Amino acid sequence: MRVPEKTIRRAALMICGLGCVAFLTGADWRQFRGNDVSGVAQDASIPSSFSSDENVAWKIELPGRGLSGPIVVGDRVYVTASSGFRQDRLHVLCFDRKSGDKLFERQFLATGRTMCHPKMCVATPTPASDGKRIFAFYSSNDVACLDLDGTLLWYRGLTHDYPNASNSLGMASSPIVIDDTLIVQVENDAESFAVGLDVETGKSRWKKERPKRANWTSPTFFTDKESGKSLALLQSSAGVEAVEPKTGERAWNFGDGASTIPSSVVSGGSILIPSNGLTVLRPGTGAEPDQIWNDNRLSPGTASPLVVDGKVYVVNRAGVLQAADVTTGSLLWRLRLKGPFSSTPVAAGTKLVFFNEKGTAQIVDASGEEGEIIGEGDLGETILATPAVSGSDLFVRSDKHLWKISE
Amino acid sequence: MNRMRIQAALAPGGVAAILFAAILFTVILFTVIFVTAGASHAAETENLISQIKAVGAEGNGNEAAAVAVAGLSAGGVDSLPEILAGFKGASPLAANYLRSAAETIADRQLADGAKLPASRLEQLVKDGKQDPRARRLAYELLLRVDKSAEERLIPGMLLDSSPEFRRDAVQRLLDQANDKRLSEKQVVAVYRSALSGATDEDQVKTISKALKSLGEEVNLVEHFGFLTAWKIVGPFDNTDFVGFNKTYPPEAEIDLSAKLEGQKGEVAWGEISTEDEFGIVDIAKSVAPHKGAVMYLTSEFDAKAAGDVQFRFGTPNAWKLWLNGKLLFGRDEYHRGMAIDQYSVSAKLKAGENVILLKLCQNEQEDDWAQRYQIQLRVCDSSGIAVRPVAALAAKSDPRVASSGGKE
Repeated sequence: MRVPEKTIRRAALMICGLGCVAFLTGADWRQFRGNDVSGVAQDASIPSSFSSDENVAWKIELPGRGLSGPIVVGDRVYVTASSGFRQDRLHVLCFDRKSGDKLFERQFLATGRTMCHPKMCVATPTPASDGKRIFAFYSSNDVACLDLDGTLLWYRGLTHDYPNASNSLGMASSPIVIDDTLIVQVENDAESFAVGLDVETGKSRWKKERPKRANWTSPTFFTDKESGKSLALLQSSAGVEAVEPKTGERAWNFGDGASTIPSSVVSGGSILIPSNGLTVLRPGTGAEPDQIWNDNRLSPGTASPLVVDGKVYVVNRAGVLQAADVTTGSLLWRLRLKGPFSSTPVAAGTKLVFFNEKGTAQIVDASGEEGEIIGEGDLGETILATPAVSGSDLFVRSDKHLWKISE
Repeated sequence: MNRMRIQAALAPGGVAAILFAAILFTVILFTVIFVTAGASHAAETENLISQIKAVGAEGNGNEAAAVAVAGLSAGGVDSLPEILAGFKGASPLAANYLRSAAETIADRQLADGAKLPASRLEQLVKDGKQDPRARRLAYELLLRVDKSAEERLIPGMLLDSSPEFRRDAVQRLLDQANDKRLSEKQVVAVYRSALSGATDEDQVKTISKALKSLGEEVNLVEHFGFLTAWKIVGPFDNTDFVGFNKTYPPEAEIDLSAKLEGQKGEVAWGEISTEDEFGIVDIAKSVAPHKGAVMYLTSEFDAKAAGDVQFRFGTPNAWKLWLNGKLLFGRDEYHRGMAIDQYSVSAKLKAGENVILLKLCQNEQEDDWAQRYQIQLRVCDSSGIAVRPVAALAAKSDPRVASSGGKE
């Protein structure tokens, strides 16, 4: 059968059009540090300079504070917030990506403890999405699952169920979705555990005890290239435990200890763990992963490390950005930034974006032999949350506003 | 015969009678249909609310609750009052499902340019028998269509059972106190009134500071209901955290005359009290800066009547709390901060003497920030208003005590 030329032309145009739309709108950024928890949007292109009145597409006032970053699902941006004297009012907000119009807001009352260190707040964990649902998690250990239009699908109160699961300084771990399972770490001094929740029902597929020590790190995952099988990586002061997402069964364990604030990052076949500085593992065929290298000079402060094009970037407590070769660990260059930092950096291509706590972004060009600050953006408000990058847009959450930065 | 009847009926009077009968029949028919439909709708709403209220721990009932939320959310605005009334007796989890349905309906209604049932919402806000969470939600929905509701409703909420309403009412008075036209006497009266409803630390501190600057005395210990006098015994061993789960003699029996084997030799019950404005009992300063230690504190609370209360307290140390020999809760966390109302434990007091026992554990950390060995405990109702022991009530002339309706 011969397909008419006209039809082929139309199909080609449609494919090109869809491609352009996808490029213009950008890919989803569905959880803390994006879909693959790397913090990298390879094909994104964002402005090199901006300020509170330059390259701001829109700016929306939020009903409460949050250290939670925004996420992007299709043409919508979702963010959480907490408000009230006791911070027991939990908000989930959804905005139109293009216009910034609020599409819905849902509020819940915390069922767990809401006490936090003044710098933190109950809306500290970044929400997650599987593309069909939004999972909003809070320091009170409440989990609200909504469909993309804001209808509540299920609700769990993990402190309601396990009353000693809390931290008087606040909890910060952001959940992730793997294999239809929401992986949530609820780790503290008193009742410490991780759960895998069925995304459909919110019921626990598994729950396992974890080290009884306060832990603010977020889970990540490692996917074996050959089998395509993913393992959830749970970090704590004890190290990193790799578990099967659907069962919670341990696949392997790294027991040399790890930080309880910055989280591990996975790049290619390597896992970079904030442990004794920075430790790089490569899961192989054996029961335990091989340690590739370790360097105690590469010690991240609060922000998690970032890997782009074979280089790892670490901001230490003094605000110095260090770049090292992922394969060998050799230090490539250093660059002093204006800190302090709570937000984890993200990358749009080879542009690295570092927001300090005062609300100033420093854009570092990492394409050359040395890193270079090529632009700054001062939003003039406290920023402790990790931004989201999608297409030509940077979504940033300050203490009072949600911003869309775009040319 | 039939023809005669028909003819008679067709006579002018007969036509009217038929017409009347037809209208009556129609009215009855429609009334029956509407009443039946209304009753069926109400029953359906009630059924959906019941499904949501059945949601439990571990996600049990989540699937049914999701179906019910979808059902309720698709309903009309008329079901809003029923949904709000459904908060009564709902668990914190179920209340969040109900809230979500109510918000969805209200959002849709307003987006369609339609109205919310303002008078029914206001009725619900004023109805003290309704759940405080539902009343607050009703108020916030009402504000979306009637901004004047705040002016109308909040001033009367100073002693409300909802802490959020009280907070708003107190804030209005704080704003009022800034009115430069008021005399000093009037300002004091406004602050005194504000204090009667205030239970949030920030507002109480603001009021207390203002009153003191005007030469007024403020007793925050009484206001919050802090317990300031305790019997104390210890230290017992808590090196390597062994003490938290170990049962020392005071847990088995409180004998204030007993000599007990402690961490460093024999120990006996003594006394500890505080004059701290916020009722902080400081073991490290008043007794000794014990490390790796367990101390027990006990106090009696003479309740006028049996009833539900909350023990609210703050401590940077690990703790266990008993009431009348029954363990209420314990928490094994050290030096993660201390704040007023940091913990809240529900309990049931009996009328008369109630024995409170506290186990307070200190770890062995040497950091400067890990040396505090303190407790600040108060007894209050579920909304944070102090519940005072009989002795304090007898001595008290605070007008709020008289008007707090059984809180004592």
